[in-house]
Amino acid sequence: MISIPIGEWFDALINWLKDTFPAFFGAVGTVIDWCISLFETVLSWPHPWVMILVFTGLAWAACGLKKYGLALFSLVGFSLIMGMGLWSHTMHTLALVLASTLLALLIGIPVGIYAGRSEMGERIVRPILDFMQTMPAFVYLIPAVMLFSLGKVPGAIATVIFAMPPCVRLTTLGLRQVPHDVLEASDAFGATPLQQLVKVQLPMALPSILAGVNQTIMLALSMVVIAAMIGAGGLGGQVLRGITQLRIDIGFEGGIAIVILAMYLDRVTHALGSRSARKQ
Amino acid sequence: MSDDQTVIEARGLYKIFGSRVAEAREMVDAGHSRAEILKKTGATTAVVNSSFRIAKRETFVIMGLSGSGKSTLLRLLNRLIEPTYGEILIDGEDISQLGPSALREIRRRKYSMVFQNFGLLPHRDVTENVGFGLEIHNVDESTRRKKSLEAIQVVGLEGYENSPVQSLSGGMQQRVGLARALATDPEILLMDEAFSALDPLIRTQMQDELIELQSRLHKTVVFITHDLDEALKLGDRIVIMKDGIIDQIDTPEGILTNPATEYVATFVENVDRSKVLTAGSVMHRTPALATHKDGPHQAVRTMQHEDLSSLFVVNQNREYVGLVRIDDAIAESKKGGRSLDPILQRDVPTVALSTSLRDMIPLAGSTALPIPVLKEDGVLAGIVTRAALLSALSKESGET
Repeated sequence: MISIPIGEWFDALINWLKDTFPAFFGAVGTVIDWCISLFETVLSWPHPWVMILVFTGLAWAACGLKKYGLALFSLVGFSLIMGMGLWSHTMHTLALVLASTLLALLIGIPVGIYAGRSEMGERIVRPILDFMQTMPAFVYLIPAVMLFSLGKVPGAIATVIFAMPPCVRLTTLGLRQVPHDVLEASDAFGATPLQQLVKVQLPMALPSILAGVNQTIMLALSMVVIAAMIGAGGLGGQVLRGITQLRIDIGFEGGIAIVILAMYLDRVTHALGSRSARKQ
Repeated sequence: MSDDQTVIEARGLYKIFGSRVAEAREMVDAGHSRAEILKKTGATTAVVNSSFRIAKRETFVIMGLSGSGKSTLLRLLNRLIEPTYGEILIDGEDISQLGPSALREIRRRKYSMVFQNFGLLPHRDVTENVGFGLEIHNVDESTRRKKSLEAIQVVGLEGYENSPVQSLSGGMQQRVGLARALATDPEILLMDEAFSALDPLIRTQMQDELIELQSRLHKTVVFITHDLDEALKLGDRIVIMKDGIIDQIDTPEGILTNPATEYVATFVENVDRSKVLTAGSVMHRTPALATHKDGPHQAVRTMQHEDLSSLFVVNQNREYVGLVRIDDAIAESKKGGRSLDPILQRDVPTVALSTSLRDMIPLAGSTALPIPVLKEDGVLAGIVTRAALLSALSKESGET
């Protein structure tokens, strides 16, 4: 029987990366840390009631003034979170979700555009996405910890990897769904590749891209809980505490807060997405 | 046509899809069929050795059934599809070797294109769609708006400036497509089955409007269609393609009266000739005439000599004046009259060179006399006898 110690090789690769580019990973870690802290500060600094009103207002604005259901839900939901005493945990989780999503979109949308415009690009990107999506999420945590040590930064890194694929896929899909004759028309009028992208492809792919953003946010939220295992804290930390200490009350409250946050983020981004789709 | 300025010239254009193109070209040049070539080389010969010149202001129709290569040929002209062999000259400049940015420049300056499925941007309203070409050309906002609104007027879409294009009917959407093409004021309009997706009534209407537009704007139009009636109606000249090969390039009348191949002949068999053939094409160009200063005696002699019962009379500029009948002329001559004026019939119906045979049939039914054909300036161009009219129409029944 032959033995292929691929795990050992991967271990060696990670160690080599860590030893060879410490400055690089240090810098990446610092930037991500700074980004998360910025979100945390902005979200935690005002009084919770102020923030609840802001969230409610955002929901109202996203849905249109005649639909106040989501706004009402936000008001009740976030008040409940505050009442459960989970406000700061929730804001930490939200900060991590937002920072990870931002990063995932900054990488994912350009990669999606590349794969959407080039056959070669799609051939390269697709298997990588398959890998990222099917590899159990916990597995990302180990190399992330090795490279960035414990805390929020490796949590964010693992979240980015886990949450990025749908954003890439839906961006690619959106671009490829643009009808051929529309592309031909822009070519026939002498559009440059950049003009074609900005004036034709991206606007027409926008609903699909926004669906990708929505999916990325939802996946980021689900990963953030797992990331608590490597010390990312927040609501995931509460849930983890509930599990390890067999405290149903703590676990359930943490879970409820996550559900409220998830529903809020999903409905708001969905409302924004369907609004842009209606414009078409 | 030949003395007009050539705008587009195609020289030996080939488009062969597949990898073994050289082999495929040899086979197609040797006269092998498409199916044979596909089987042997795996290559598809979409367009084969096409050469033609399109004159300024001409409406040039490329006609063929699906798979005939007509759409490919159109796209070779602005290199949306790259030719495998051959050259394309626009105003004498070879564009087949231009790099991407020079090619874009040519597309911006010379061409516009109208598509079968419109190719509009669903997220924009009518004005923004019409201004798309100008936007690509980096025209500033206010000029863009002004030109867009002008183009919207030209195609008759006033009142819809701010409508979302998705809310418009097919015919209206194609007007947007046409306005977008006209807004950049191109020299050449490429129209790819532009009216094929529209229902028949709207289609006829759009054809009429295109003809009307063309009489004002004088663009060079290359129009693709699979509909022979449309081709005959719109085209100054028509190309008939089959399996990527040009079977015939001719005027509508040339195609009808003188089909070059069996394929073209079967194609035109079912066409209503009376709509396409004109007085100018069936008339007798050198009829016997009397001039205004001839007397009745001279007229009688001419008619007896030519074995005619009537004679058309023209003045010294060959402008049509009227007609005399032989019995009137004999009577006038016996009376000793010296002028044709007293017996001249001026109320004989006349037709123009471009009058279709269909429109002449009622006239021919109401009179036994030949029908005079006049040029625009009133000069007599020729005459159409009943016999000529009937024999031209009888070819319709398939006796070509």
